Amino acid sequence: MYFIVAGGGEVGFHLSQALLESGHEVMILESDRRRAQFIQEQLGSVVLNAPADEGRYQMEAGCGRADAMIAVTGDDAKNLVICQLAKLQCHTERVIARVNNPKNEIVFKALGIDETISSTRVIMGVIEQELPTGGFFPLMPLTGSHLEIIEAEIAPNTPATGKKVGDLGLSTHGAVIGGIVRRGEILHAHGDTPLQVGDRVIVFSPTAAEADVRKALFG
Amino acid sequence: MNIVIIGCGRVGAFLAGLLDESGHAVTVVDLEKASFAHLPEPYKGNTLLGNGTDMDVLRQAGIESAEAFLALTQGDNRNLMAAQVAKEIFGVRRVIAKVNDPIRANLYRSQGITTFSRTSILGTLLKAMLDEDPEVGKVLLEQSLAHERRLAGDTSAPAPSAASAPGPAKVSR
Repeated sequence: MYFIVAGGGEVGFHLSQALLESGHEVMILESDRRRAQFIQEQLGSVVLNAPADEGRYQMEAGCGRADAMIAVTGDDAKNLVICQLAKLQCHTERVIARVNNPKNEIVFKALGIDETISSTRVIMGVIEQELPTGGFFPLMPLTGSHLEIIEAEIAPNTPATGKKVGDLGLSTHGAVIGGIVRRGEILHAHGDTPLQVGDRVIVFSPTAAEADVRKALFG
Repeated sequence: MNIVIIGCGRVGAFLAGLLDESGHAVTVVDLEKASFAHLPEPYKGNTLLGNGTDMDVLRQAGIESAEAFLALTQGDNRNLMAAQVAKEIFGVRRVIAKVNDPIRANLYRSQGITTFSRTSILGTLLKAMLDEDPEVGKVLLEQSLAHERRLAGDTSAPAPSAASAPGPAKVSR
């Protein structure tokens, strides 16, 4: 398929790279000359050094035969106009806009741009999906190791509720509970300490085992 | 008439002054506090600091009861977005956007958004002045010169009529 990517910032660059790697044809519209040059050095001749919000450059990029116009600049108003131009002038089949301010999703839909991606919304979605309630926060990596510190709040109706620390099976993943914060007090985590809803456990875990720790605590 | 203007640059501030003087209730929105210094003295309307493409900011500016909305920021895209929000979401009856790129101005006009391009208006006017065309822009020039004289403190200049519509609207028709 042929995609026109409007905006060669971080999002546009990596998106294009991924699309190229999966065998698609890509043209990036980037108005900054030096940025365009950088992309060309990295990805080859897939850049048009021109503003994406002007119809004639969209034409030059072949918007008429593109399967989709993907507007991913950091400027919502610009992304809106890029998509509207592609729809009105080129009759591009699909237009997709990045929305930086989540509030603008409604605005874009009302103005005829149905497909929007909001990075804030995506991240929120992932978090909400992963965590029914409570919280799971990888706090920080430990330098010079493949370990990290995770803080997790024990939620109701999860495998960890009422279970003893030793029965969670964390040690099979190389992870250890370093302490439990209960009502503001620190408890030592012994193997036979039962966990309660609302407990915040501090876990030392191999980075690679993060998903296993999450599963052991939240199911 | 309740009027919301976004963009308090020279044009926005000038127009806000004219409308305020003719008795309209004007609110000007701009991202930069310093821009409000462009407003003429005395200006009795409202000013609001904020992003004119943000629905909450526009609500705060009173767009829900506005009869006219003008998008006069420096960004064509911002003006187009704000104008569409005003028209399609808030249902403002009269919406005008400054779009300096003549091609985009033309395209959106065909989509029902009243646009004007400083580029094409000024270019056309300047050519007419050079050609000494007596017709094109005669009224426009006379009125704008009169406004300039009044801004400069010349009290003998004629006052604009209270019912006068925003200048660019006439030009864009």
